[in-house]
Amino acid sequence: MSTDHDTIPFDEAIAVFDPVLGLETHVELGTASKMWCGCPTEFGADANTQVCPVCLGLPGSMPVVNAAAVESTIRMGLALNCSIAEWCRFARKNYFYPDMPKDYQISQYDEPLCFDGYLDVTVETDDGPREFRVEIERVHMEEDTGKLTHTGGATGRIHGADYSLVDYNRAGIPLIEIVTKPVAGAGALAPQVARAYVTELRDLMRALGVSDVRMEEGSLRCDVNVSLARPGEPWGTRSETKNVNSLRSVERAVHSEIERQAHVLLNGGRVVQETRHFHEDTGRSTSGRSKEQAEDYRYFPEPDLVPVAPSREWVEELRGTLPENPSVKRARLRAEWGISDHDFQTIVNAGALDLVEESIAAGVDQAAARKWWTGELTRVANDREIELDALGVTPAHIARIEALLADGSLSDKLARQVFEGIIAGEGDVDAVVSGRGLVVVSDDSALLEAIDVALAEQPDVVEKIQGGKVQAAGAIVGAVMKATRGQADAAKVRTLLLERLGVSE
Amino acid sequence: MAVMEDDLVRQDAATLASAIARGEVSSEEVTRAHLDRIAEVDGEVHAFLHVLNDEAMESARAIDARRAAGERLGPLAGVPLALKDVLTMTGVPTTCGSRILEGWRPPYDSTVVERLRAADVVILGKTNMDEFAMGSSTEHSAYGPTRNPWDLERIPGGSGGGSAAALAAFEAPLAIGTDTGGSIRQPASVTGTVGVKPTYGGVSRYGLVALASSLDQPGPCARTVLDTALLHAAIAGHDPRDSTSIQAPVPDVVAAARQADVRGMRVGLVRELSGEGYQTGVSQRFDEAVKILTDLGAEVVEVSCPNFEYALAAYYLILPSEASSNLARFDGMRYGLREGDDGARSVEEVMALTREAGFGPEVKRRIMIGTYALSSGYYDAYYGSAQKVRTLITRDFEAAFTQADVLISPTAPTTAFKIGDKVDDPLAMYLNDIATIPVNLAGNAAMSLPVGLAPEDGLPVGLQVMAPPMADDRLYRVGSALEAALVDRWGHLLIEEAPQL
Repeated sequence: MSTDHDTIPFDEAIAVFDPVLGLETHVELGTASKMWCGCPTEFGADANTQVCPVCLGLPGSMPVVNAAAVESTIRMGLALNCSIAEWCRFARKNYFYPDMPKDYQISQYDEPLCFDGYLDVTVETDDGPREFRVEIERVHMEEDTGKLTHTGGATGRIHGADYSLVDYNRAGIPLIEIVTKPVAGAGALAPQVARAYVTELRDLMRALGVSDVRMEEGSLRCDVNVSLARPGEPWGTRSETKNVNSLRSVERAVHSEIERQAHVLLNGGRVVQETRHFHEDTGRSTSGRSKEQAEDYRYFPEPDLVPVAPSREWVEELRGTLPENPSVKRARLRAEWGISDHDFQTIVNAGALDLVEESIAAGVDQAAARKWWTGELTRVANDREIELDALGVTPAHIARIEALLADGSLSDKLARQVFEGIIAGEGDVDAVVSGRGLVVVSDDSALLEAIDVALAEQPDVVEKIQGGKVQAAGAIVGAVMKATRGQADAAKVRTLLLERLGVSE
Repeated sequence: MAVMEDDLVRQDAATLASAIARGEVSSEEVTRAHLDRIAEVDGEVHAFLHVLNDEAMESARAIDARRAAGERLGPLAGVPLALKDVLTMTGVPTTCGSRILEGWRPPYDSTVVERLRAADVVILGKTNMDEFAMGSSTEHSAYGPTRNPWDLERIPGGSGGGSAAALAAFEAPLAIGTDTGGSIRQPASVTGTVGVKPTYGGVSRYGLVALASSLDQPGPCARTVLDTALLHAAIAGHDPRDSTSIQAPVPDVVAAARQADVRGMRVGLVRELSGEGYQTGVSQRFDEAVKILTDLGAEVVEVSCPNFEYALAAYYLILPSEASSNLARFDGMRYGLREGDDGARSVEEVMALTREAGFGPEVKRRIMIGTYALSSGYYDAYYGSAQKVRTLITRDFEAAFTQADVLISPTAPTTAFKIGDKVDDPLAMYLNDIATIPVNLAGNAAMSLPVGLAPEDGLPVGLQVMAPPMADDRLYRVGSALEAALVDRWGHLLIEEAPQL
């Protein structure tokens, strides 16, 4: 019997079908106050402490549009090459759910603030970088819902829970929803195109300063639409995978949905138009509610709000304030740094472009900045499955560590321990150095003492070195480093011990 | 002139305010007199759902103390008022006449209440209403009907029957109503009192529990045109918490009420709001009032508003549509009634049981109509078409106002009917508002004031004055001139003819 998620291998699926993608991305805007009231938007406050009659939807309360949210949305629309509506309204999306204080969501329906744009994204292939244009259908404003926590039961979901708690701190936080037009023709690259698009959106929003896009806090959420069709045939029925909340998951969700739908189709089945839920742990999705019994949201223009009518002068003024587009910025930095395509792409893939740039601006040598961000720190971020910039390490930290390396206070090895401390929340560079007592042992007499002990313990090695096998000195250096708990400069140890033995390189 | 203590409840607000200001009587005495009156007659009338005995006395004493300390207070300082139970007031039960909100005490003041407090008006309590303001008789209150002080077997109008009856029963000299399709004006008409629906956006809706957001408007109610104007001035004006609130100076309604002069004004008779369906005595008193206006120097012209014919139909699509959405939040999750939460039932079941138990039949009827009208596939035919009719009605008004400064009509087609007569016939009930609804659809301002008793039943008849948006002052010019002429003729206000309770 077929389960809900039987698959065939991706390569086989792509050999038969062309995928078509559609992405709906919700992002919490970084405004100081909520969409309709003055409540703060900070993440992590105690439940139901950032609420008022308006965001609780108490009877009689009324929304007032946050002008900063409108401005952010317009700037995002302009950066996505959209047209900006001269006049548009909010609409009510009606459905009952306990996380929604009013039992309707104020959103935009057939009159989005921004529409008809595009975003160019680059995907690395074996034949070099390839560019795709993702067309943008619309960018609109809406409000976030509260957050439900289901307690008891096995799944942590509403069905089977003993009870549920609602936190309305998130209710009324401004969201923008960015909807693409169908993206066809990416073929086997579809999963990477999806990831590159969301990455690009994230970078764009950060560059614009409209959101800090903390994906681990759920401030960017993606719904991924996928359908398959044989080449030349009309597009197939699509599924919508909800709550895909990391860049990696976007790619995985597209990948696995292509495999799943291909299995259904190749076995004579029919893809059901439905909502699916993505599970980060398994990388698979399970069926949610079927769109064929879809709710009727009974949209109608929100009568409590007046239309939004941004003047053309204002829109042009905002266009003038747009920062450098991330793709333009990439081209500029690639030229400025003069490094190979491969090295540059390594930085981009690590999501380290801004971090490297800022580190260089903070005085760090370019090669050192690249080394730390794409090496050690990327490895740690990957291990922890978080974004590089969520580690807690900043360009200023890199600059300080480099300064300590330069004056010999730290060794490369100790620097890694400093990063470990910063990531563990032990404070900034100097705090970790003093807290952990990380000081390079540079006192020659202390070193010589340790060298003498090591030489005495390993007479066979001493014999080899004196016999001309200078490379055997490594074993002694290692023993000294161990004895000094890594707080010695290895090069210096080597020089000292060779001197001691009267051997030259 | 000293105000006699046993006369206090029969005085108008302007008189009370100046007597209090001159120190001839204290707000405490005035408030006590009204609370006593409520205790005496409200058992029969049932205008109030909640009386703020202690709080009202406390604020009256505080106002007296501030006056004694030499503070200059506003023109209505110390005067008591009855508040419709659809506006929030911190800590005071707000039911909207519904079981579903039983026990809910809002944690915030509506803007209207905030302004009343700022004006040092003493709030006596919350008045009865049709559930969520759906009705024209106050029979749809979950807490029992209010009775018309002119005849306790009859309805006081609705939805604001409680506020109007409180005025007519001399339980309060001022009241706040809300008007979505006539809920201020029709009760005023059938109780022989004055009520104004200001221009949409003229008075903040913040804290008004919404029935139909694009139609709702709070407004002043009183027994005289001047009192209504004083209250209007106290509550009107831009409010940043209501996006639909108009950012412009409030027309000087008090000056207009004092002016009381219609000479040279063009008064338009709306052809479509007369004739068939209007009770004989209503038409008769209306025609006499038209004659008086002519005698006072107004130029009376006839105007036609052909699309008014479709107003009722459009209204009963727009209102239920918006109401179906506005009333969604009453789901038992956060406040008010919660039904069937036995630990085994799902959220959806508890929501459904709560709404089943908490809403009355008229509310359910309109939620169902509205849900249907907004459904995909029906939206264009119903809600969409209704919005087009709304535009046509607005244009009819615009055209009529090129020919006339104000328009007039009877406020309601009949005088007060008997309790129970129409409660099972929604269409007959809806027809009560046939003359008042066009104003709400267009967002204009309108007033109802008493113009006599219908000879056949001896019950009050109201005349409606309609003005263009933000020309609310014209209502008061016409209303006060007409009122003065009628008082001249009768020797007193019409309300003096109401039977003793």
